[in-house]
Amino acid sequence: MPVDFNRYPADDFFDEMLVKSDQARPHAFGLKELLGTLDDKELAGRQASAELAIRQMGITFSVYTEAEQGMIDRAWPFDILPRIIPREEWRRVEAGLIQRARALNLFIDDIYHDQRIIAEGVLPPHVLAKSKNFRPQCVGVSPPLGVWAHICGSDLVRDHDGTIYVLEDNLRVPSGVSYMLENRQVTKHVFPELFERYAPLPVDAYTARLNAMLADLSPRRTERPEIVVLTPGIFNSAYFEHAYLAQEMGCELVEGRDLFVDDDDCVYMHTVSGPQRVDVIYRRIDDDFMDPEAFRPESMLGVPGLLRAWKAGNVGLANAPGAGVADDKVVYAFVPDFIRFYLDEEPLIPNVPTYCCMFEEECAYVLANLDKLVVKPANESGGYGMLMGASASRAERERFAELIKKDPRNYIAQPTLRLSTVPTVIGHGVEPRHVDLRPFILSGRSTYVTMGGLTRVALRKGSLVVNSSQGGGSKDTWIVDWGIADGGSADGGIVDGGEV
Amino acid sequence: MLSRVAENVYWMCRYIERAEDIARVVSVNANLQLDLPRGIDPGWKPLIDTLGANTLFEERHKDYRERSVIQFLLGDRDSPSSVSSCLRMARENCRTVRDILPPEAWHYLNEVQLYVDENLESGLTKKGRHEFLGRIVRSCQMSIGLLGSVMTRDVAYQFVRLGRNLERADMTTRFLDMRLAVADADDMPEMSSGHALQWGIVLGALSAYHMYRRKMGAQVQRQHVLWFLFNDDESPRSFMHCLNAVEESLGMLTNNHPCLLAVRGVVNELEQTKVETLEPGSLEALIDRLQRGLQDIHRTIARMYFLPSPAESQEADH
Repeated sequence: MPVDFNRYPADDFFDEMLVKSDQARPHAFGLKELLGTLDDKELAGRQASAELAIRQMGITFSVYTEAEQGMIDRAWPFDILPRIIPREEWRRVEAGLIQRARALNLFIDDIYHDQRIIAEGVLPPHVLAKSKNFRPQCVGVSPPLGVWAHICGSDLVRDHDGTIYVLEDNLRVPSGVSYMLENRQVTKHVFPELFERYAPLPVDAYTARLNAMLADLSPRRTERPEIVVLTPGIFNSAYFEHAYLAQEMGCELVEGRDLFVDDDDCVYMHTVSGPQRVDVIYRRIDDDFMDPEAFRPESMLGVPGLLRAWKAGNVGLANAPGAGVADDKVVYAFVPDFIRFYLDEEPLIPNVPTYCCMFEEECAYVLANLDKLVVKPANESGGYGMLMGASASRAERERFAELIKKDPRNYIAQPTLRLSTVPTVIGHGVEPRHVDLRPFILSGRSTYVTMGGLTRVALRKGSLVVNSSQGGGSKDTWIVDWGIADGGSADGGIVDGGEV
Repeated sequence: MLSRVAENVYWMCRYIERAEDIARVVSVNANLQLDLPRGIDPGWKPLIDTLGANTLFEERHKDYRERSVIQFLLGDRDSPSSVSSCLRMARENCRTVRDILPPEAWHYLNEVQLYVDENLESGLTKKGRHEFLGRIVRSCQMSIGLLGSVMTRDVAYQFVRLGRNLERADMTTRFLDMRLAVADADDMPEMSSGHALQWGIVLGALSAYHMYRRKMGAQVQRQHVLWFLFNDDESPRSFMHCLNAVEESLGMLTNNHPCLLAVRGVVNELEQTKVETLEPGSLEALIDRLQRGLQDIHRTIARMYFLPSPAESQEADH
């Protein structure tokens, strides 16, 4: 039986592939046509072969299990049907992300220097005063190129009417880019015939871009600066990605104990031929654990003196310590204002409407409408500590009302979005599942956006939770020129970031 | 090359070698039990003695019965000298250095670990033992053979060789020590079958029996075995051969002077001794000195090339 879209429910949500049952959007004609020639066994067979490839390639993520009393490697959950975005639409998104990353970096730099944004009344001072990720240790520091958030992963969602919103900006240690790269490899095995037809724009420029951006942070003008990836270690859920990126960039994957800061305030790694100077550290370890001398003294993962070496300008750190100040859901609500303030531009991608409970009026609205809203704590990630008002019990809602009243600064609320769906292989058929999209933005001398990003899909029916630790999977994301010739760069979007 | 990575590679190879040697000594000892003339039964205790594991063993088991010793040597997860611990440690050390090793190394270690976990029960039975131990020995040989046949002869490979050869030299002296305690103590005529068996077990445990016969003839004699296992540089299981390999690998590294001195000291000691004519007492004393020499070599390598341990770096600070 061929894959049948006649009974595919495309009307409940915005579907990325179909306008309505059995009618594809123009950029998805080719995919639908191919699926129409495959019977359901063939489809399930291709899904199985993708899963086999993932196991063989060793694409994993780690999760903690009670049963094993430790971390275990799980195969990366992947759905073979690509999510297709027309190039023209992507170009607008890309411009919006570049705009956003520039504004965020200007904001962070301002916060650690003159705080004009507060002086001029755009950001209320107590937002900063209560920020968990503001690092007083970083005040007055001027990192190379004025950039703080070199790698940013911004989560995008599409609502019922087709509008794309930024849901959040991850500026601390965003992960997922390795899966974006590997998903493309797997899809090439599974659907070679679709590549002939679509020629999706390649994604693999990322690691070279990352490497070049990191090299620009080197304090020494050497031909090949010593770049390392700093991982918390094998038990971190993203260890696979840390190892992957180090390998792709041809640099060492180090742990905190491999590094030390000497009396000259320079960073060295222990090698078999003695200490070797390190120029740039791509750190995948949170501020808190990075340097026991400057932050949490009990951290065993960090490098004592690292902050000192960075402040002395002897080592490049990406992302810079303190960049997380902009990775706060209350600060998020002000990003459109930052864009207007620093760049004198209108935001190209809107924020999801956000109510900050710190403002009395907005708090009252939130408390009165808890059953329609999603409530999030300001500084959590990974979907933890949230209230999904519409589906929560009365007791849950009451508990959250108390939490909000106790600490209004720590909560924001947003309307329940009706996330777009994409056809996904479920059993032997195809069903709609909700997705988001995480593109990665590199900021250095110039700003670069990945071609597409990592599409995460909530595999459980009706679920909006896309996190891999909570039943989420992923899809390859294709940016395609469907028949429209143009002369743009095929290498992702680059604009001159200018001296910021 | 990162010190931590070098250390992991080194320990991975030590543990693979140790797992293989322990599996083999259990297997050989089990066979010996079937061959021994009545009245001569060294039993299983010497195996525990030789690995210096008596304290932990006695906490777990009342006596040195066959089943207890075999259980302890193959499956005890808390004992650092059990096959299953060694394989687990080899695998853990491999895990974080996968990118510098051929990918099959990880697959083999994974596979054998799974096999051990799933088949331990049958490995403890008399019937299943042979196959179980054989499979472990083969897997270890496959892993070591793989590294030898595909790895670039770079710095990483030198740590493969250092780990394997130091462990092998150590196990050779331990197994010799074990048999000396039994064979020399027995008041047996030199050529008695019991005596030959005692020496045969050492050769067998080191998988050197076949090569010994090819080179030294069918008679298993004390002085020949001693020369073969201590001095014969052509035999890859001999102490001298292992140390020469260690010396050669160190020669390819920087900052090697203190390590080479430590190796030279042990080699000189052995060269100045006519091992095959030593009386039992002086032989045991020699083995003690050689083992201390090996520890010294290991400590020097660790000091020169591995990550300083937290305690040491604190000392350096003050």
